[in-house]
Amino acid sequence: MRNVALALADGAVVAKRNLIKIKRVPEILIFTTMSPIMFVVLFAYVFGSSIEIPGTTYREYLIAGVFVQTVIFGSTFTGAGLADDMTKGIIDRFRSLPMSRSAVLVGRTGSDIFYNMTSILVMTIAGLVVGWRIRTGVFEAIGGFLTLLLFAYAISWIMAFVGMKVSSPEVVQNASFMFIFPMTFIANTFVRSDLLPGPLKTFAEWNPVSAVAQAAREAFGNTGSLPQPDVWSLANPIAYTLIWVGIILVVFIPLSVRQYNRAAGRTK
Amino acid sequence: MTHMIRTSGLVKHYGKVVALDGLDLLVPKGTVLGLLGPNGAGKTTAIRILTTLLEPDEGSVEVAGLDVRTQPDKVRERIGLSGQNAAVDEHLTGYENLDMVARLYHLGRRRSKARARELLGRFELTEAGDRPVKTYSGGMRRRLDLAAALVAEPEVLFLDEPTTGLDPRSRAQMWSTIQELVRGGSTVLLTTQYMEEADRLANDIVVIDRGRAIAQGTADELKAQIGGERVETVLANAADLPPAQAILSGFSVGEVQVDEQTRRLTAAVTGGADVLRHVLQRLSEANISVVDVGLRRPTLDDVFLSLTGHHAEEVEESTADELDESSHEREREDAR
Repeated sequence: MRNVALALADGAVVAKRNLIKIKRVPEILIFTTMSPIMFVVLFAYVFGSSIEIPGTTYREYLIAGVFVQTVIFGSTFTGAGLADDMTKGIIDRFRSLPMSRSAVLVGRTGSDIFYNMTSILVMTIAGLVVGWRIRTGVFEAIGGFLTLLLFAYAISWIMAFVGMKVSSPEVVQNASFMFIFPMTFIANTFVRSDLLPGPLKTFAEWNPVSAVAQAAREAFGNTGSLPQPDVWSLANPIAYTLIWVGIILVVFIPLSVRQYNRAAGRTK
Repeated sequence: MTHMIRTSGLVKHYGKVVALDGLDLLVPKGTVLGLLGPNGAGKTTAIRILTTLLEPDEGSVEVAGLDVRTQPDKVRERIGLSGQNAAVDEHLTGYENLDMVARLYHLGRRRSKARARELLGRFELTEAGDRPVKTYSGGMRRRLDLAAALVAEPEVLFLDEPTTGLDPRSRAQMWSTIQELVRGGSTVLLTTQYMEEADRLANDIVVIDRGRAIAQGTADELKAQIGGERVETVLANAADLPPAQAILSGFSVGEVQVDEQTRRLTAAVTGGADVLRHVLQRLSEANISVVDVGLRRPTLDDVFLSLTGHHAEEVEESTADELDESSHEREREDAR
C-alpha cells in the first residue's frame, strides 16, 4: 500500500513536469487537437453525405466513433513521450533518485489524461458545430466521457509498454498505427458492425473499441431507433469495457514497470 | 577508517566488450577519489554501477556501507549524481528542475521550494532560475545539474566528467565550486580525462585503462612515478635530433620521446623551471637552434605513455554506453 501511495505521489510530480512541457511547447497541443477537429469535420461531411444509418443520422452516429478513435490515437502520445524521455539524460537522474520505480510511468499516463480531456473537449465543440447533440442528461453524458477517458487510460499503458520496447518516438507512431487502424476500423466506430460480413462482424462485435463506442452512443443518446444489439458485449457495453480496462491494466502495468527498469538499464 | 565507497573485483561486459575487468576502489569518508582514464576506459560504467543504474556482472559494490546490489533504494537516498550529460529537463526552468528533484527525494513541498531557491543562489543561477533550461549555456546546465545532485545533501557524490566539453572559464568556475564542496567534507568520486583536473580536485587518483586500475596514489605519488613536468622542445633542424636527445636524456626521468616529423623532443623532468634553463643552456652550447621550448604539466597521454608504454587511445569498439552518450551529446548540440 505504501508503494502505491509513493507511486502516486511521485507520479504526480512527474506528471506536473510533463504538463509544464505542454505549457512551454504549446504547438504540441495545438497540432494534436487539430487532428480531432479534422476527423470530425471530414467524416461528418465526406462520409456523412453518402453513408446512411437507418434509425439515426450519420453525424449522430459518427461522433462517438470519432471520440473513441481519437483518444486511442492520442494514447500514442504516451508511448512517444516515454520513448523520447528514455533517450534523454533525465531518465538517469530519475533512476538515481529514491523515487518510486513506476513514477515515471504513472506520471506519464496521468498527464495524458489531461491531454485526452483536452482533445475530447475540442471534439465535443466541433461535434456540436456540425450538428451532433447530446440527447440525454448531464450525468449520463459525464458517464460517457468517463468511459472514454478510462478506456484511453488503459490503452496508454499498452502504449507505454510499446514506447519502451522500441526507443525512438517515430517508431512508436508507426508501430502503433499498425495495431490501431484495424482496431478502430473493424468496429462499429464508423459503420454498423451488424452489417459487416462473417468474421469481420464477429471481430467487430467483440472488439472492445465497439463496446466503448456503443457505451458512449448510449450515454449521449445517439442511438435513435437503432436495433438493440443482441451480442452480450454490445448489449452490456459498459460492463464489457470495464472488463477490458481491468485486463489491460492488470497485464500492462507490471509489464511496463518491468520494461522501464530494464530498458533504462539496458544501454548504459 | 570508514570507507564510503568500496568495490572489489567489479566486472561488466557489454556483449563481447569488457567495460570493467576487475576494478577495486576504496574511498575513505570525506576524501575525493579521481578516476582518471581515456574514453572507453570504463569510468562511466563504474559510476553507473555505483549509482544503481547498472548491475555489475561480477564483484561486490558498497556505497555508504550499503550493498548496492541488494539495497539500491537505500543507496539512492544517500547519493547524488551529476553526469557528463547534464540530466536536467530542457523545458523546465532551473527552479522547477530543482524543485522536482527535491520532491522526488521526498523533502516535502515547502522544504523543496526553499532548497531549490537556496541552491540556485549558491550556484549563481538566481537570475536565470525562472528561465527554461534550454536557454542556458553549457556551463550553466552543468552547474544546475550539480545543484540537482546536491539537493538532498548526499553523503556520497558522484561526478562523471564534470567539466568535459566546458570552455576554460566555465571549467575554472566548476573547479572552484567542486573545491568548495570538498572543503565541506563531502565524499566524492569524480571521473576525468584531465590529469590537471584530478591533480587539483582529488586526494587520491586511480588511473584506469580498459576496465582495470593501472596505477593508484596521490597526485604527488603519481607524478613521482611518471615524472613531474614535461620539457618540450622543437628543433630547427632534424639533423640535431640525436645530439639534442642525448642532452635531454641527462635530465629526463625515463626515456626521451622523439617525434621526427615535427622535430619535437619530450622529456619528463622533476626540477621545474631550473631544468628548463639548464636544458636551454646546454642546447645553445651545442649550437642546436631551437624553434620552440616549453615546460608543461603532464597530460593523460603522458601518464599513459609512462605507465603502459602506449598512448591513451580510445578503445576502438566503444562500449554501448559511450556510443549512446556521444549520440546524445550530438542531439543536444543540435537542439541548441
